Amino acid sequence: MKSSINVNGTLKTFEVKADEYLIDTLRNNGYVSVRRGCDTTSCGICTVLLDGNPIASCSYLSCRADGHKVITVEGIQEEAALIADFFGHEGADQCGYCNPSMALTLYAMKKELKNPTDDEIRSYLVGNLCRCSGYVAQHRAIRAYLEVKS
Amino acid sequence: MKIDSYQKVDSVKKAYELLLEQPGAAVIGGGAWLKLMPKTIETAIDLSGLGLDEIEETEKEYVIGSMVTLRQVEKFKPFSVLYDGILSKSAGSIMGVTLRNIATIGGTVAGKYGFSDLLPVLMAMGAKVKFYKRGMVGLVDFMNETSSANDILTHIHIAKTDGRGWFYTMKNTAIDFPILNTAVAMSSDGCKIAVGSRPYKTAMAEKAMEFLNGFSVPGKDEIVKAADIAAEELKFGKNQRGSAEYRTELCRTFVKRGLTEVML
Repeated sequence: MKSSINVNGTLKTFEVKADEYLIDTLRNNGYVSVRRGCDTTSCGICTVLLDGNPIASCSYLSCRADGHKVITVEGIQEEAALIADFFGHEGADQCGYCNPSMALTLYAMKKELKNPTDDEIRSYLVGNLCRCSGYVAQHRAIRAYLEVKS
Repeated sequence: MKIDSYQKVDSVKKAYELLLEQPGAAVIGGGAWLKLMPKTIETAIDLSGLGLDEIEETEKEYVIGSMVTLRQVEKFKPFSVLYDGILSKSAGSIMGVTLRNIATIGGTVAGKYGFSDLLPVLMAMGAKVKFYKRGMVGLVDFMNETSSANDILTHIHIAKTDGRGWFYTMKNTAIDFPILNTAVAMSSDGCKIAVGSRPYKTAMAEKAMEFLNGFSVPGKDEIVKAADIAAEELKFGKNQRGSAEYRTELCRTFVKRGLTEVML
């Protein structure tokens, strides 16, 4: 069956299976910044934005994405580069595997929450795991990014 | 999970007909939990185009569409004060936003999942569920039924009530399944206690409620006694997260804390 999805501002029509998940559709069509982690909606590594909201693409059926807008990190390159700079500056960046998902979730959080508290930031990012850098340096980087953006 | 065919329906009637006609058909809520099930769905029925993704407010109640996501429930402002905000709190305690933007309240309720953080709160608040064919049913009655719904859940109704509430979910980590979920609600209808993740499906502590509601103004001693009754009357089991004995003691402690919070 066909699923027409606006990916990063371009309307694409994909041939998908009934039980195909968005992560597979995107990766099979070149959007390889969308990475596979736990495949159980737990780690957040596969995050994309669906109509502006962060979702786990490993658990979202491609059929259901028909008619919706999806943004991967390729769609927010300038913002992602800025976020990466803050992460690098704070030593919050090691293997980099979670960076695209962190950038997308952070981008969505910035749009959704006005002047978030430290607890709100932690709560928003609780589903985005990083297995190497820890979260203290990341939190500093996020705070710095939000202060600059405000 | 394997899906043979996918049907995005244009009416609830069509969804209901598909569900009855095809034994291997199933309604997909958010689909996040179903994905992990080792089963084959011959026809996946998608309700996402039916306008069931909104929360309406009437004079006397809130009406939540079955396709409303947990994140919508969490962010809906009136829920942050209704029964001291326990519905927002319980929705917001479920894993991360990337899941909560997918999982739906209808999927949680219709699935009667034992691990659900929402079900204890909805049951304690006296919610009702509306099915396409069957009409309105009390959520507690629905939960007590052993047969599957075989109907289309369209809405969850919550009365606007000036009540107190308390909810606590015990988890090893923020993104783990709960060890025990406890909700206590107090309104003009009396006190209600619901316990989930036992790890069985959520149940009301009926005897404890009956005991407490026999007092016009229960004191500390009555609360301690009610917590003991709740821990004794409910059945608990073991899994990798905790033993039945551990859950029994957690129940006793949390029911006491909840009752103290809403009654004293």
